Order: sequence, then C-alpha cells, then structure tokens
Amino acid sequence: MTSDSAETQLAEGRAAPGLHLSEEAGRVLHLSGRLELAQIAALQDGLAALPSDAPLTVDMAQVQTLDTAGAWALAVLAARHRAAGQEVNWHNARPHHAALLDTVIGALPDEAKEAPPRPGLTDRLESIGKTSVAGVTFLLELLAMLGLFADRLVRALIRPREFRLTSLVHHCHEVGVKAVPIVVLMAFLIGVVLAFQGSSQLRQFGAEVFVVDLIAISVLRELGILLTAIIVAGRTASAFTAAIGSMKMREEVDAMRTLGLDPAQVLFVPRILALLLMLPILGLIANVAGLFGGALMSWVELGLSPGMFRTRLVEGISVTHVLVGLSKAPVFALIIGVVGCHAGMKVKSNAESLGQMTSAAVVTAIFAVIVANAAFSVFFAQIGV
Amino acid sequence: MAEPEIAIRIRGLCTRFGTHSVHEGLELDVRRGEILGVVGGSGTGKSVLLRTIVGLQQPAEGEITVLDTTLSTASDAERRALERRWGVMFQDGALFSALTVRENVEVPLLGVPGLPAATRRALADLKIAMAGLKPVARDKFPSELSGGMRKRAGLARALALDPDIVFLDEPTAGLDPIGAADFDTLIRQLSRSLGLTVFLVTHDLDTLHATCDRVAVLAERQVLVTGTMAQMLEVEHPWVRDYFHGPRARAAQADAAAHATDKA
Repeated sequence: MTSDSAETQLAEGRAAPGLHLSEEAGRVLHLSGRLELAQIAALQDGLAALPSDAPLTVDMAQVQTLDTAGAWALAVLAARHRAAGQEVNWHNARPHHAALLDTVIGALPDEAKEAPPRPGLTDRLESIGKTSVAGVTFLLELLAMLGLFADRLVRALIRPREFRLTSLVHHCHEVGVKAVPIVVLMAFLIGVVLAFQGSSQLRQFGAEVFVVDLIAISVLRELGILLTAIIVAGRTASAFTAAIGSMKMREEVDAMRTLGLDPAQVLFVPRILALLLMLPILGLIANVAGLFGGALMSWVELGLSPGMFRTRLVEGISVTHVLVGLSKAPVFALIIGVVGCHAGMKVKSNAESLGQMTSAAVVTAIFAVIVANAAFSVFFAQIGV
Repeated sequence: MAEPEIAIRIRGLCTRFGTHSVHEGLELDVRRGEILGVVGGSGTGKSVLLRTIVGLQQPAEGEITVLDTTLSTASDAERRALERRWGVMFQDGALFSALTVRENVEVPLLGVPGLPAATRRALADLKIAMAGLKPVARDKFPSELSGGMRKRAGLARALALDPDIVFLDEPTAGLDPIGAADFDTLIRQLSRSLGLTVFLVTHDLDTLHATCDRVAVLAERQVLVTGTMAQMLEVEHPWVRDYFHGPRARAAQADAAAHATDKA
C-alpha cells in the first residue's frame, strides 16, 4: 500500500505486526506495525489465538500499513466474532485503512457455503453412464458424417455444378503428392528391416530364398497400406481438423451457411474424396518402395540378385495379396477423412478446444485404422483369400 | 497545495516499428491515486503506450520512470520489485487457460515466501469477490466464462499483490452497457478504497465520464492534451472537438449529468 510518512520509512526494517491485548474497560486489541501480505502468517497466528467470547474493540492507531491481506485477516476475525454473537468495533483507523477494511469486510466470501460435495456412488455410476452414452453418440455422429458425405457426393454427381473441382485438386495435392516423400522413405525402411531380420532368421534353416515371400506378403498384404494409412492419419486427419476447426472457431462455417453455401459440400466432400483417391495410390507407391528396400537389402545381405528376387516374386507371389492390401485403402481413407472432418466440426470457440480436437482426431483415426485392419485380417482369413 | 506526487513520468518517448513511428517525443505524467483515461483514435498507439510502460515493448528513445524507478537504467532486481507493484489487465483478461479462475489469481501469490496454501486460497477468493465475481466462478476455467467475467477475473489477478498501479486495456470493450457501467463503478470503488493509481486505455466515453479524474488524448504521435473532462470540452483541436462533442459524447455527457443530479 501507499507509504504513509517519514515515520513509516524509518520503520521500514520489517516491522512485524504487533498485537497487544488489554482487558481493562472491555477487551481492547492494540494493533501496530505493518499488517500486510509479507507478514500475513504471523498476523493470522496472533489473531487466531484471540478468544471470541466477548465484544472486542480494535485500536488501529499504531498501524503503519494495511493491505488487503492484512484487512482480510481482520475481516476473518470480525466474522468469527459475529458468528459467536459478539461485536467488533474499529477505533482510530486512518481514513484509507477504514475504507479498505470496509471494502474487504463487504467482499469477504462466505466460507460456510462451500465444501464441495464428495462424489458418491451415484455420481460415479452417472459418470460411467455419461461416458458410455458419449461413446455411442460419437460413433453415431461419425456414421452421420459418413452418410452426409455419401449424400453430398451423390448430389454432386447429379448436379456437377455444385462440385468443387479446384478444391478437390488442391486437396489431392496436399494429401497425396506432398505425402509421397515420407511414405516412400517409410516403406523403403520397412522393406530393409524386414529383409535384414528375415534373412538372419531364415539363414538358420538354409531357406534364405523365402525372404522374398516374407517381404512380399507382409508388405503387400499388411504393412504397406497400414503404415501408409497411419502416416496419412497423422498428417491429414490433424490438418483437416485444424483447418475446419479454425473456420468453425472464427464462425466462418456459420457465415458459409448464411450465404447459402453448404459446409458439407464445400469442406467435407473435396477433402474426403481427395483422400479416397489418393490413399490407394500412396499405398501402391509404398508397396513398390517396400519391395525395392527389401530387394536391396536381400542383395547386400544374402547376395540374392535383383533378377532372382524378381523371378521369385513373380512366380511365387499371387497378385491377390496386392489386391487384398489395396482393397483396404478406401476404407482407411473414409475413416481418416470422416474422423478428421467430424473433429473439426466439434471445435468450440476457443483455441484450446482446437488443440484438443486436433490431437483427438489423430489418436482416433490411427486407432480406428488399426482396428479396421484387424477386422480385415479376420475377414479375409474367414473367406480364405 | 503541494505538487501532486507523480506515479508514472514519461519524457521524450519515441516508439518505432521499423520505419513507422508511433510516438515522437511523447510526454505524460500520471499522478498518484488518480484514474487517468487515455483516449485516441485507432492506431494512435494507446495500447502500445501501455505495453511500453510495463516493459513489453522497448522504446527507441526516451525515459519512463515508474514509482521512482527509471526503467531503462533499472537492474533486474529493481525491475522485479517494480513488477510486483503494478498489475496489468489485458483486453480479454489474458487468463491462463489451463488454470481455473482461482488458480489464475493464485499465480502471483505463489511468489510470496511463507504464505500458507489455505491463506493463499482465501486471499484469491477475496480478490475474486472484490472483482465482483460470484463464488461459483472460482472453479471454472476461462473458456467457461463470459467476456465480462473474464475481464473481472483478469482484474482480480492484476490486484492479487495489492499493486500501487493498475493498467487496464480497454476494460469495457465488448461488454453490454449494464456490464460496462458495473465495471466502471467497480474500477472507481476499488481505486478509491485501495488507493490505486489507474492507467486506463479506453474508447468508451461513458467510462471516461464515470471513472476518470483526468483524460490524456493521444494524437499526432504525442499526448495532445491532458486535463479533466470539463477541460476537454474547451479544447479547440479538431479531433478532440469531434471526439468530445460528437453525438455519442453528448449522450454520454447527458447521462453523466443525470447521474450527478440523481445523487444530489
């Protein structure tokens, strides 16, 4: 608070709050020194020791400084007396101390009212129920988003004018072309690792040549498309959520609606369709890169010449593996696109929800892709492909 | 009467962004215990001035003295001591979004040595109540609050350490008229009972009438004039005339006059 006079300046050396209680002619508390935040603990202890069984007069003539913390401690003292049915009178307070004290006593929050209720059994059951309902609602919303996409896609086929070709091309570039380097590098390294690990195991049985089958089947059937989908989920689902979410946040989506533009047609269709077109292509590129990496490593590690690798590949591996692998691509694309767009529309009008939804979109998309891949494995095993 | 004590003294301040100059030789005195309203057209550098005083912006030239500490020559320790003596309320509260309102107000109090957690909490609750927020708001996150409540929470945080000076950036912008009027009253009340010096940047003519002791007008890269509202009405400069005699100004003036007769 404001320093009062030269006298205060002299007493600057940490004048601790002084309390002196006298009992003659009623109970009087003489306060002195600096009643402020830095010494609040001492003041509190002193005041807490006072009994509240008789009316109290507080003499503040010797108080040098008083800040809200000091006033708060006094206000608590007064509240305690009031609760015990006793009065507290303030004497000789300087005008600005009195004003501060009045303000603080007026603003003192009621402590009795709060005491947060402990969560009981019903509350826990309720939260379990709420979480379950939220989970089901989430799945239904994803389904609704998928339906919306299908509906708008059909509408675009009937009325091609509404379709946004430029936007589609832009997103194909973003989603597909720009992802090629990372996808190629990833698949190449996977091929290398498979060849290296496979050859060291198969060499024990003298069955080195089967490394070709190992690489080809695992890359073509599972790893190529799965890892591509995971990378795309990481970079594209988050990008969709961030782009749509920030438009949602700044009410651009609402503005679009009032202008008669359909957000689904303008925002969702080009994005999800671009993914649908690009993911199989990226998967195919990943397959080639994976095989290339595998062949290279087999050559280095086993001395299996590229020609032999090719012959073994063409003769030993059925083309069904490629088809099985690539048949998953559209499903993965839909999952990633729908999850990304849905999360974007869930963004509220603040920045932290944008961040939350973006990371939630990535986690959900990757998780859903892996689950879908497992379901595909079971399905193809059952029909014997 | 003695010369009024000066809380903030600005001499020859120049602020530039690249080649664009915002302030050229700006001079301003803010007296202790007064509420000074800073007005000016958009882009005249009101907020820049506020940011420069609290050290978020480096001036190109000039000297700023706050509570007898000259910013350009102050050591780190002096600066830190000074920072504890002022509080800043940013336009949208600038609350930490990961913390509840109470935790936000507790942040400055964490730096006080030997303060028990329960006391810290109680003091935070007190500041929240003094800023006019209901107890239910304490445990809410900033994103769950309305704009007006965020401003109040920002004010509570600015007041946490009982500062001598409070800087308010557009305290009533974006509030409805009732909320804005409440906020004006709150500022006035707090500054009187806590003995605050208030540096207030605003566009709101009602706020100027209701709260400010003096007004400083920023124009032409300088403080064009300072004085009371009554003095402002006498100034002949075209912008100042337009500002204080425009239709909105007249309405605010009539309003303030009506309030004055109500009280009498």
